[in-house]
Amino acid sequence: MEPVLEVVDLKKWFPGVKANDGVNLTVHAGEVHAILGENGAGKSTLMKVIYGLLEPTSGEIRLFGQPVHFRSPRDAILAGIGMVHQHFMLIPALTVAENVVLGDEPGGVRFDRREAVRRVRELSERYGLAIDPNAKVGDLTVGLQQRVEILKAFYRKARVLILDEPTALLTPQETRELFNIIRALKAEGVPVLFISHKLDEVLEISDRVTVMRAGKTVETLETKGATPQMLANLMVGREVVLRVEKPPMEAGPPVLEVRNLRVRSADRHERVKGVTLTVRRGEILGIAGIDGNGQFELADAIAGLLRAEAGQIVLDGRDITHLSPAERTQLGIAYVPQDRQLDGLVLSFDLASNIILRDFRRPPFSRRGILNRRAAESYAKRLIEAFDVRPPDFRRKASELSGGNQQKVILAREVSRDPLILLAAQPTRGLDVGAIEGVHRQLVRLRNEGKAVLLISLELDEILSLSDRIAVMHDGEIVGVVDRAEATREQLGLMMTGRRAKEGTA
Amino acid sequence: MKALQSILLPVAASLVAIAIGAILVAALGYNPVSVYGSLISGAFGSLGNLGNTLTASLPLIIIGLGIALSFQSGLFNIGADGQYWIGATAAVWVGYHFTSLPGWLHMLLCLAAGMVAGALWAGVIPGLTKAFVGAHEVITTMMMSYIAILFARYLIEGGPMQEKGYIPQSPLIASNTQFPYFTQGFARSQLSPISMLIAALAVLVAWFLLYKTTLGFSLRSVGLNPRAAKYAGIRVKLYIIIALALSGLFAGLAGAVQMLGVDHQLLDGFSSNYGYTAIVVALLARNNPLAVVISGLFFGALTTGGQNMQIVSNVPASLTNVLTGLIIFFVGCERIIPQVIGWYRRRRSARAQTPAS
Repeated sequence: MEPVLEVVDLKKWFPGVKANDGVNLTVHAGEVHAILGENGAGKSTLMKVIYGLLEPTSGEIRLFGQPVHFRSPRDAILAGIGMVHQHFMLIPALTVAENVVLGDEPGGVRFDRREAVRRVRELSERYGLAIDPNAKVGDLTVGLQQRVEILKAFYRKARVLILDEPTALLTPQETRELFNIIRALKAEGVPVLFISHKLDEVLEISDRVTVMRAGKTVETLETKGATPQMLANLMVGREVVLRVEKPPMEAGPPVLEVRNLRVRSADRHERVKGVTLTVRRGEILGIAGIDGNGQFELADAIAGLLRAEAGQIVLDGRDITHLSPAERTQLGIAYVPQDRQLDGLVLSFDLASNIILRDFRRPPFSRRGILNRRAAESYAKRLIEAFDVRPPDFRRKASELSGGNQQKVILAREVSRDPLILLAAQPTRGLDVGAIEGVHRQLVRLRNEGKAVLLISLELDEILSLSDRIAVMHDGEIVGVVDRAEATREQLGLMMTGRRAKEGTA
Repeated sequence: MKALQSILLPVAASLVAIAIGAILVAALGYNPVSVYGSLISGAFGSLGNLGNTLTASLPLIIIGLGIALSFQSGLFNIGADGQYWIGATAAVWVGYHFTSLPGWLHMLLCLAAGMVAGALWAGVIPGLTKAFVGAHEVITTMMMSYIAILFARYLIEGGPMQEKGYIPQSPLIASNTQFPYFTQGFARSQLSPISMLIAALAVLVAWFLLYKTTLGFSLRSVGLNPRAAKYAGIRVKLYIIIALALSGLFAGLAGAVQMLGVDHQLLDGFSSNYGYTAIVVALLARNNPLAVVISGLFFGALTTGGQNMQIVSNVPASLTNVLTGLIIFFVGCERIIPQVIGWYRRRRSARAQTPAS
């Protein structure tokens, strides 16, 4: 097989950072080639260089044997590179066909809509990407929007398709469908470069996999012969524990009791419709459910960020339903919010300020309204060391850290407050293997210390591997609560769509 | 590196504006060297001129601090001009009442009246409506600004604060509340050491408050990320009100200082525009209280220098307004400068590559 895309000893250095420091990669015709690496390994930089968004410091990119120098994405597109970014670049108010042809519209002065629709339909049939060309993009699901992006690439005559973390925003079903599309493309002979940090996906879809670590490509191997453990070790550069050990434990008395709670979201929709549940000392209660079923509003309401319309929240025997978020924090609720950048951090503050974000009003961080920066710094230093935040510098702004390290900062802050209960909403979203391992360890450690953990996750695997009991939420209600030992994936999957469990009480 | 850049970019923006101003002046048929010469000598040429520059800068600096504070809290207080005048009005009213008080106490009372008036003007209606019904502060502070100025004008044009007679002006404030001027050095200008001291204190207080107190920490959190602030347990609505009130407090203080130090009475003609120029002062200073001093002095110099420029070289003083506009433009689009540099570098490296390949 002839090489389609070759990257030879590519280097991209930024002042102080070697984002890419010797990348070698060969993609053959008709193969699905995965690039696997942790966040911050240099995958995104590599993609930007290939796509003409960044110029390499040194090294060469060859396309069909010819060296190429792209100055802008336009050059890359013209040469036949199609890229689907993690965050889509679509205009929601326009139709599918309009989005696909945008920038290269058929027709002369007047836009020939009928021709556009025809061409898009033709493309979608040819590549098996079923979609209605006249649908408005804003009305489509994320999975379908991604198809529009893929169609866009092929409309511009892409000969190589690059998918940057394509499953990050997809549901499991949508991921299935995407994989079917990728297989169809492979059958057509279109090489696909699949960038991911998720081991199982890479193992499932790729033919060969190149592992990146710290800006370098470490190894390229046949997927057939690879095991998850092998890849994880290559990615992280040490032995990784994929499954966290969890000693059996007897759950203690209840810490948090939620009774008939009703909550409206910020847009006034009722999202939590009478939830009752109990979390006890020394247990991890997992809340499983499909996105948008009220899990995150439930967490916000317990933390005090959303008002309870009705019902009661009791923490350690005390009614906290009407307390402010600050008072609840004080009483021992720690919260890792779903969106760490939007809710959990002030990105333009440095790490020291972010670490005291919840406690800056109290000694030793302030006295009589005057901040004590030195206390904040020494506390931050300690936490950064204990949680291995990188770079270990409390003067860095939170925005300069990778997602995994941002999450470490939040976890460090919340866990170190010695809480009664930790609410963790999607604590590993977008994190890589090494970082996930760290987060999971922390959750289990808290549980082993006799604290309560309420884990909300959209990833069933995460719920299954960590929880002691699992509550399934659907349409704002708890469908059922099952013991981990008795739970099966199939049963939970059914409950997530709203079917009641035969037994089990909240 | 970044700190250096944040200083260099506004300076570069100002320099580019001055250069373009020079081209404009030349195109109008004047000699740019002599025009700028007269501007500089008008601003700094003698102790008297320097005194005038400082006098003109003080209100800009004090208001600019308040605006910087509101910007750092994520709020766009553009009605500082009205807060300034309401503060001035309150200070004057107190200034010609209570004349039996000892001078120092009377002065403090005038300053306090100005600050309270400014704070309430910005905090009550714009603050409460922003916090509880989401009314945009750009609209409300602006509207309140018109109301303040028209109200002050009514007070001295047939209203209760008009001095007996036909001239629309208020009575003079008690002579022992008027700040003393320098008797040497700056004697030719209306500069008072007390005004300077107050401005210096205001700068220190604003800086300390923003960076060293929990109040400032809360304000900046709310400004940078209100959702994270709420998560952190900060009462976002309360701090929105506090931010606007504090911003108005500084503007009101500026009004009081100006009345006690320079005008001594409310006069017809509310066209100082200090409240608007101070927005640019804060922007140029990137909302840093210490940098506000420098950018305030810069705009003060433009004002006094502009007057001299008009007298000496016959260039219309409105040219300084053009300069101000250019500076705003270049500060506003300072992100363009690094981009242009990057573009230039790429082009050059492309040229260097082409013959080789």
